[in-house]
Amino acid sequence: MLTPEQIETRLERVLLTVQKPGRYVGGEYNAITKDWDKTETKVALVFPDIYDLGVSNMGLKILYDQINQRPDALAERAYLPWTDMEAVMRGHGIPLYALESKHALADFDIVGFTLPYETLYTNTLNALDLAGIPLRSTERGEGHPLIIAGGHAAMNPEPMHAFIDAFVIGEGEDVIHEIIETVQKCGMSLQAAASRSDILRALAKIPGVYVPSLYEVTYHDDDTVAQITPRVPEAPEQIVKRIVGKLPPPPTRFIVPNIKIVHDRAPVEVMRGCTRGCRFCHAGMTTRPVRERSVEEILAAAEAAIDATGFEELALLSLSSSDYTHIVELVDAVSKRFLDRKLSVSLPSLRIESVSVDLMESLKKRRTSGFTLAPEAATERMRRIINKFITDEQLLETARQIYSRGWTTIKLYFMIGHPSETLDDVRAIAALCNRVLDEGRKVIGRKAKVHAGVGTFVPKPHTPFQWVACDTEEQIEAKQELLRRNLRNRNIKLSWTDSRDTMIEAFLTRGDRRMAEVIYSAWRKGAKFDAWGDQRRYEVWTEALADNGLDPDFYTHRPRRADEVFPWEHISTAVSKKFLFQDFRMSLEGEIRVDCREQCYACGILPTFAGMRRENPGEGWKCPEVKEKKRVASHG
Amino acid sequence: MGNPEIRRLRITFAKQGALRYSGHLDLHRVLVRTIRRAKLRLVYSQGFHPQPKIQLAAALPLGFASRAEIMDIWLTDAARDDHQKMAQQLQDAAPPGLTILDIREVDPRGPTLQTQVAAAEYEVTLLDAPDASDLDQRLAAVMDAESLPRERRGKAYDLRPLIYALHLLEPGDDGHPLLFMRLSARGGATGRPEEILSEMKISFENTHIERTRLIFEDISVE
Repeated sequence: MLTPEQIETRLERVLLTVQKPGRYVGGEYNAITKDWDKTETKVALVFPDIYDLGVSNMGLKILYDQINQRPDALAERAYLPWTDMEAVMRGHGIPLYALESKHALADFDIVGFTLPYETLYTNTLNALDLAGIPLRSTERGEGHPLIIAGGHAAMNPEPMHAFIDAFVIGEGEDVIHEIIETVQKCGMSLQAAASRSDILRALAKIPGVYVPSLYEVTYHDDDTVAQITPRVPEAPEQIVKRIVGKLPPPPTRFIVPNIKIVHDRAPVEVMRGCTRGCRFCHAGMTTRPVRERSVEEILAAAEAAIDATGFEELALLSLSSSDYTHIVELVDAVSKRFLDRKLSVSLPSLRIESVSVDLMESLKKRRTSGFTLAPEAATERMRRIINKFITDEQLLETARQIYSRGWTTIKLYFMIGHPSETLDDVRAIAALCNRVLDEGRKVIGRKAKVHAGVGTFVPKPHTPFQWVACDTEEQIEAKQELLRRNLRNRNIKLSWTDSRDTMIEAFLTRGDRRMAEVIYSAWRKGAKFDAWGDQRRYEVWTEALADNGLDPDFYTHRPRRADEVFPWEHISTAVSKKFLFQDFRMSLEGEIRVDCREQCYACGILPTFAGMRRENPGEGWKCPEVKEKKRVASHG
Repeated sequence: MGNPEIRRLRITFAKQGALRYSGHLDLHRVLVRTIRRAKLRLVYSQGFHPQPKIQLAAALPLGFASRAEIMDIWLTDAARDDHQKMAQQLQDAAPPGLTILDIREVDPRGPTLQTQVAAAEYEVTLLDAPDASDLDQRLAAVMDAESLPRERRGKAYDLRPLIYALHLLEPGDDGHPLLFMRLSARGGATGRPEEILSEMKISFENTHIERTRLIFEDISVE
């Protein structure tokens, strides 16, 4: 493997031949380069897409901060090169390297990938290949780094089981330390000591860590999963996701890139989890329970982050800003403290109500960027099914407020393909967009605009809709055509998701272990950057499925039986399958479940994490309090 | 402006290392953020898109290093007059590759920085140089030419009068030949090192270019 100096020398000669060479050189303010030789455990954190997207990934920011706080470990970053740079790297024998020290990825003890979405799978294989690391777990031995992965897509780890040594299920803040310590205890280093299988078995004992090679999966004749069985005593039958009882102090010394990237700003996580229970929402179901930070902690972190980075934008992150208990107080304090410092503040995911307009107004948001609302569905029936209930009147009233307070554009997010959706429900989307525009016309005349972003629903594992079929390409395209026909208005801009992107996501997200060979074949045939519309090659995926004798419809369009064993059956998000099924049945009846802060529906979180809730009493968690266990008084 | 509290500072800095791969607009953002981290209060324009008041003397192409970049910044913070301390604050807030070399105060009502630049000097390290006599010949061919007609963005121009000086220097520590260029850098009449390299049939990727000096109108070119 090349030394960092050799890599740098070769880079020097090629960087001016590629687009945006600033992606490949590191050297950013707040990047941490530790003494390689004096640090015991070296971790490379990889976002398997380009730098421009990867730098802003919140999960990796947290892990970079957590690991680098340890004196005995270092974390460096790597991203995928764009296609031009990849060709140059392969041509000049430059392996994938980490930006800080320019060490090849193969020189690290641990290489950790974040897999926030499924369309990064082929890029993950490409990263390993570019790094000169064998792709398959079984092909790696002593001297190869341990390959770990986490993130939302990893909650169904099976499609990637062949390539990843160990998955982290859930939140990484605590687990990463336990993994590092286990690796240290096993004496794993590039010089090797303990055998790789010993390390994997030791890792399997860490709660929340899933080592796929330690499990056996059998199938029924109909191709559904029969059983998932641990092969060794260290491997638990169920891998329960990890969470932190209290969100640790947020990172603030963010990397400040030297080139323009997407989301070039300081993010502060306001809370984790969501109490709304939208049935299509993977994040809402899998990031429970809600844990909030205090206003003081958020303000202090924002201040520290702005001081440490000089960023011009602060993003207050959460799945649902409006639901933060002290949102009005927070926004008030933020605008008082920061708005004279030439800082813009972004507040995503606001509820459809006029309070949201007040909040945006107090942040003095520029009116040019449009105001975003996400009704997701346009009929009352549909909204009951997905459990995101608002009335048309609420939406229209909010729209009136937005237009009358200076915004000219409203962005409306919808999804097509919800379970049992009819063409009438789709027509209603178009009708509602027109009604919103009419409200705008009444207030500001011809200046009023609507942007309709219409995504396509993909049933996700660990949600109440994991049992339902995804629409077919033909159904999706017919619905999109209907929208185009009904939204012919120069003041309404319509955007939609390519049905082929939806199909790839759909068979990967509920895939089983056999999907690993499909991913491998697709990668061999040149699939990469599947998240990029102009790079994604659908025909390659169709061929890869056929080559492996798999029918995409089995994964995508098949309604699951009530008692079906899912490929992810052994992965527990602590939200019980019973609860999810009950919620699914309720959706068929159009029954809604209001915000679970008002009433606990016993989703399973509280029994699993009762101890943690007890240790973190009060309003930080949105689950009900758990009473102290009755203790027998030991003293008279 | 006329506001007595607003001061204009002229900062000379070096841009090297990884920062070489940031283009002109990227550098602008890097500098603004460095100034913000240093807690110096930049003057911002009014309106919906407040822009910090900062001017760069001459755009440095992507990939070029420099040890003589110049920017003017306008500050509202009248209390700070210790330039050395300010330089230290900026240096502490700067990313690797950005070195603050000098700070001086200039007349806030003086002309725009860009219009004051007359010429620029470069040192070009030739990583894959032709042999010495060949190189001399290529140099002579450029210098002896009466005119060097070229095209830039579809517009014809003569490169030759934009070259004020072009000769070899003593080789650097790495033994590679080192080329010195002094080129016109006036608005609408800018000589670019890569164009001279192209005239000399040397590929730009196989060189390392560093800007070493910016020459202002009021300094006579020797």
